[in-house]
Amino acid sequence: MRDIPFTVEVEEPSAQVAQRPAPSGAAEGPAGAPAAKAPGPAALAKPLTVAELTRHIRQLLEEQFQTVTVEGEVSNARRPGSGHLYFQLKDESAQIRCVMFRNAAQSLRFELEDGMQVRVRARLTVYEARGEYQLQVLTLDPQGTGALQIAFEQLKRRLEAEGLFARERKRALPYLPRRIGIVTSPTGAAVRDILHVLQRRFPGMPVLIHPARVQGEGAAEEVAEGIAVLNRLAAAQKIDVIIVGRGGGSIEDLWAFNEEVVARAIHASRVPIVSAVGHEVDFTIADFVADVRAPTPSAAAEIVVPPKAELLNTVIAFRGQLGRRFAEGLKRRVERREGLRARLGAPESAIRQTRLRAADLRERLDAAGALRLARGHERLAQARGKLHALRPDRLTPMHRTAARSLHRRLGPALRRHVARLRERLDAQAGLLDSLSPLTVLKRGYGVVLDAAGRALTTIRGVAPGDALRVRLQDGTLDAEVNQVHPKPPDRSP
Amino acid sequence: MAAVTFEEALKRLEEAVRKLEDGSLGLEESLKAFEEGIHWSRQCHSRLSDAERRVEVLLKTEKDELQQVAFDLEEEE
Repeated sequence: MRDIPFTVEVEEPSAQVAQRPAPSGAAEGPAGAPAAKAPGPAALAKPLTVAELTRHIRQLLEEQFQTVTVEGEVSNARRPGSGHLYFQLKDESAQIRCVMFRNAAQSLRFELEDGMQVRVRARLTVYEARGEYQLQVLTLDPQGTGALQIAFEQLKRRLEAEGLFARERKRALPYLPRRIGIVTSPTGAAVRDILHVLQRRFPGMPVLIHPARVQGEGAAEEVAEGIAVLNRLAAAQKIDVIIVGRGGGSIEDLWAFNEEVVARAIHASRVPIVSAVGHEVDFTIADFVADVRAPTPSAAAEIVVPPKAELLNTVIAFRGQLGRRFAEGLKRRVERREGLRARLGAPESAIRQTRLRAADLRERLDAAGALRLARGHERLAQARGKLHALRPDRLTPMHRTAARSLHRRLGPALRRHVARLRERLDAQAGLLDSLSPLTVLKRGYGVVLDAAGRALTTIRGVAPGDALRVRLQDGTLDAEVNQVHPKPPDRSP
Repeated sequence: MAAVTFEEALKRLEEAVRKLEDGSLGLEESLKAFEEGIHWSRQCHSRLSDAERRVEVLLKTEKDELQQVAFDLEEEE
């Protein structure tokens, strides 16, 4: 297909050239090149215009190198908005400008990168306006690694950098899906394998298949569409997991699962995805993006459902245990109740015992109280007896006689004592008299008293006109001070 | 109840059994645990022994609508 437009384009110019006599000779090969110079000398006679020369060159080159196959290393590769791909092909000593127009470039499965070793099939063209020549690349193939391998590595690197393979965004598969979605070819080996395993492992597991071509043109888009559709139906159809895959094949056969559109669809899926592409050794981009990679479609079926028989056994076992444990619990309760009731008999007798003991204590308490009371009474009676004996009206005649004799003896003793006291008193009074101021007065001395009756011992505080009283042995005199004569200070002793 | 997955139902059943095993439950509680356990075991059972469901395939109708039809493997074999 790709070669057809090329052939048409190439043939036309060469046909045109062929009609020109001179350059057609050059078309025979390098040997004819000198012949091409034939018009040269003629041209020397008449100068050529730049355009004429360039046109000649173009015709020569384009005829000489209609299509060439060249190998070299890519450098300076760039793809501007126009979609055309520009680069240079080089080796150790030379380089040549290359362009791959959009239509041709679109068929490339990988991104052209600097440093790649490639083989191109191209047409040599001259751009007259700039006097430049370049290769118009028709097909380009990588050397060494295959184009698909390169495309795979490139997409893988890009999606990985974007985080599509991140472990933390992998979702856990449901323990038991309510329904399984499958995106694959309805006529392929994969769907058969999956359904067989499901039937064996979990008979009756509901499955919804979204048919999709799994190889060839448009397969990737169909697979992506299937994933999207099953996601839309997931809630209503209770689809809890989706298997996406196909049976084994060449890398070209599996290619749909290496395309970005499938990777994106898996990434966008809300339902967990199990990828199951080819055989165990085949790794596709879909495998990296999927939540779980199954090595084969059969394995995918094993991964998405647990064995039904085992689950049933588990449930039955739990159910049995449930009943047994409950029954045991009841039994334990009944037994405990019985035991308690048996122990309840004892407290009744204990109450009786306690009551008896209380009565006993009461008796002993009463007895003890009575004893103490009796003792108290006894002591009281004794005290009362003593008291009684002391009552004056109960004094015996004997006592009375004793008292009278005591009284009789009291009189004379008392009189003697009083006389003795009087003698002592007289003696003391005489002594006292000799010391009395009155005795001094008898000897001609007087006592001067002030108006308040205090005896004066100094002239200080006495002024002329003060009233004084002078006490003498037989009476008092009221006098008035006429003058105060202090003693001359120098004559004092 | 439909929102509960099989795994959850199984876990609840197991919990009920464990509670009863523990033996510390009151009579009321143990009766409740037992009833719950029965409920969850029924849920699990019905999930496992649901009526056999078909394998279906989506087909596009002429009106571009999706239709679910039974998928038959026999022809392949």
